[in-house]
Amino acid sequence: MNYEAVIGLEVHAELSTKSKIYCSCTTEFGGEPNTHCCPVCTGMPGTLPALNRKTVEYAIKAGLATNCTISPFTKQDRKNYFYPDLPKGYQISQYDLPLCKDGFVEIETENEKKRIRINRIHIEEDAGKLLHGEEDNNSYIDYNRTGVPLIEIVSEPDISSAREAKSYLEKLKAILQFINVSDCKMEEGSLRADVNISVRPKGSNHLGERTEMKNLNSFRSVYRAIESEIARQIHVIKSGGKINQETRRWDENKGESYPMRSKEDAQDYRYFPEPDLPPLIIKNELVERLKKELPELPDARKQRYVSEYGLPEYDAQVLTSSKELSDFFEETAKQSTNVKAVSNWIMGDMLRILNERNLEIVDIPFPPSYLVRLITLIDKGVINGSTAKNVFDLMFDTGKDPDNIVKEHGLEMLKDQSFLLEVIEKVIRDNPNSLDDYKKGQKKVIGFLVGQAMKATKGKADPQILNQILIKRLED
Amino acid sequence: MQLHEYTISELSSLISKKEISILELTQHMLGRIEKLDSELGCYISIVEDQAMEQAAKVQKMLDKGILTSPLTGIPMGIKDNICTEGILTSCGSKMLSNFVPPYNAHVVKKLYNSGSVLLGKLNMDEYAMGSSTESSYFKKTRNPWDTERVPGGSSGGSAAAVVAGEAIYSLGSDTGGSIRQPASFCGCVGLKPTYGLISRFGLVSYASSLDQIGPLTKTVTDCALVLNAIAGHDPMDLTSSRRIHPDYTKALINDVKGMKIGLPREFIDDSVEKNIRDAILNAVKVFTDLGAECVEISIPVMEYVVPTYYIIALAEASSNLARYDGVKFGYRASNPKDILDFCKRTRSEGFGTEVKRRILLGTYVLSSGYYDAYYKKALKARAIITREFNKAFEQCDIIIGPVSPTTAYKIGEKINDPIQMYMEDIFTVPVNIAGLPAMSIPCGLDNNSLPIGLQLLGKRFDEQTIIKTAYTFEQNTEFHNLRPNLNV
Ligand SMILES: [Zn+2]
Repeated sequence: MNYEAVIGLEVHAELSTKSKIYCSCTTEFGGEPNTHCCPVCTGMPGTLPALNRKTVEYAIKAGLATNCTISPFTKQDRKNYFYPDLPKGYQISQYDLPLCKDGFVEIETENEKKRIRINRIHIEEDAGKLLHGEEDNNSYIDYNRTGVPLIEIVSEPDISSAREAKSYLEKLKAILQFINVSDCKMEEGSLRADVNISVRPKGSNHLGERTEMKNLNSFRSVYRAIESEIARQIHVIKSGGKINQETRRWDENKGESYPMRSKEDAQDYRYFPEPDLPPLIIKNELVERLKKELPELPDARKQRYVSEYGLPEYDAQVLTSSKELSDFFEETAKQSTNVKAVSNWIMGDMLRILNERNLEIVDIPFPPSYLVRLITLIDKGVINGSTAKNVFDLMFDTGKDPDNIVKEHGLEMLKDQSFLLEVIEKVIRDNPNSLDDYKKGQKKVIGFLVGQAMKATKGKADPQILNQILIKRLED
Repeated sequence: MQLHEYTISELSSLISKKEISILELTQHMLGRIEKLDSELGCYISIVEDQAMEQAAKVQKMLDKGILTSPLTGIPMGIKDNICTEGILTSCGSKMLSNFVPPYNAHVVKKLYNSGSVLLGKLNMDEYAMGSSTESSYFKKTRNPWDTERVPGGSSGGSAAAVVAGEAIYSLGSDTGGSIRQPASFCGCVGLKPTYGLISRFGLVSYASSLDQIGPLTKTVTDCALVLNAIAGHDPMDLTSSRRIHPDYTKALINDVKGMKIGLPREFIDDSVEKNIRDAILNAVKVFTDLGAECVEISIPVMEYVVPTYYIIALAEASSNLARYDGVKFGYRASNPKDILDFCKRTRSEGFGTEVKRRILLGTYVLSSGYYDAYYKKALKARAIITREFNKAFEQCDIIIGPVSPTTAYKIGEKINDPIQMYMEDIFTVPVNIAGLPAMSIPCGLDNNSLPIGLQLLGKRFDEQTIIKTAYTFEQNTEFHNLRPNLNV
């Protein structure tokens, strides 16, 4: 029998507001432990939460960008549980009246577009971090992250594979970055996902027992955890077992998950309306204003790249996968007359170099205009393609503009005919057989000789002129 | 007459005329505390040095004309669940027996700014849970009228201190009667303002949707003066109202002619001691003699107010008190086995019996499977009770009745019967459920010479009508001048 997976994701994204959700402490990442906190966010007796309206606006924007309905009446609730990193003994979240609901995003699967429905988006506060002493045996708590605003985006179980889950996450990340409400830095924990998975015989509309894996904090973990859990569940069922509804812990190093908590041990969070915060009335004018403020979203941008720049769907997809990348492309394309080349350079060498050097777009040491000039240098025949690659590398090394690099290193193409003829004469002298081979009809000798001549000129020879001179010489 | 016997308004005038100095007054009050408090147990902390420093500073500012509030130089005490920067704020609990807040409550800031001088922090039932001040971890407070009896609670220290002259006025907090009932037991004026009139920032939460800070004073005039100083919006408390509050002294008018005074049938039934019923009916007569009209009304939902109150209050309390886990502040258990043991033992050792009982009940009513039957139903009942009171106010301008079915009882008499104690909150809790303002003023003595309180309930944000009615009563009777004989 064939099985299919039914997957739902709960994604937590930290909002990039300047201050925390219920106090004026900074949300800045890092800082010495317990330097970004105050009596309110550490839950000192007598303190009260004062809602930061910006977090509501950011969350509404996220809702609008994912086609959600914004609730005109919403409230906050307390989720009660004990944990040392939770200063008040409860987390302020939203229970039955989330701020945004019933939305969707579109993802690309192998051969089609697929709509992943969003059940709800709600606002809540982050918890602190437990630290374990290195020198002593003590546990410490850092409250810098407590009260950092989060949105939780809950999908419907519309996802059928690890690959789709990854596409969905990538799409959410792109959207949240485009609308500037979250920086979605997974390595800083500002984007994390809980995954719900069940499997069922293909075509069945009955849902199987599901398991949950919490706090997966990289695309890779999400992908691997889902793959592993689907395989595990199918294996259990095929060997006649039953899936237990449980929470499992994913061990990224071992690539395995372990049961953590069964349904019976599930915590009773005793949700009830937060009495310290009045219900929120979301006025239509606010929603309309935020709608107007929304920038072009990734899907719209992608379509524009196809129609306006004539880029292939795939290229447009890659270029709009992150806001920084897309903005870099956009800036470059705007100034260039050769958009196709811009796209090729960014998709090819630029992404390769970033990857090799483990850099982000923001780390690029030169402005988009330098790439425009590099392409111009090629188009004007000042340098050839292979030199351009070296120049590009040097741009990453030094941050200098390509004109200067070319000048400094004398990388202009050699176009001087008599000089190039001399080079060719020397190459032929060094390879006496080549002339005979050519005369015997072996035309591929040309390629070999051009290569040798290029080598002799350190790649700087104008390939066209070189070719012409060589053929003329061989024919003589 | 000695300085501690004066009212705020009298002292304020003596101070501004330079007939007495603030230092002299403060010194006198500290002496009074020294003399009396070992017996009465009103204070948990006395801040002698700070009080004298503050008195000197305030006197200088007064002399320079910088401070001119009616509260300038007036010595007062604050209930120990209202945060005071640098001063122990214990909530009457072992759990917070070492908690010194690094901030002032909004009301404390306001009182400091007006130049009032803090004498110390007043005793209370642990976490404001109780109506006799017997559940304090630190000490029992005794009723100045009969030291064998309780002062009421939970603001027992606040009421006893004002009546005994250990403070000119005080602040208390009222979640289900905690200002009005001790005011009634001790014979002073106690106001529970409309929910939202006064910022709760810095008031250690018991039940967030019911808690409200309010003044305890000798007279209605003093009450209006303190209310003026502490009312108003605070951006740190989103449940505090944005409306501009009036000058409450403008409501000090001796006139009830044509006013409709509602007397609910349910407020004077047999559950109320006869002495108290008589005193209430006498008050009705005072008002009608002055030209007011008494309207008999009915609040049929009264039998539901106590269960509704306790479900909501304890549900919120169970969550509000979750933060006391020993991790960040307050008491912590020693040598724990692990984090669970640490948390469990901290809470088992740090909280007293009544607090634990209430946390357990509150946790229960919020639990999955019970939420709908208790908490959700209580919210519905709350809406109905609120509606009933709004409807009652269509027939009258103010509602009067007793504060408590009994006068002050003996220490230890009821401590082992929590249900009985809860039931006696029947006349005070509906006010908190509906978010209304209500005041207790002295209206007589019972056969044991113990004070009886008259409760006046107003419409939301209509403290003025309460003040006007209470002031008229005071101007036409002598009950507010009755003082216990303290033999000192
Ligand atoms: Zn803070």
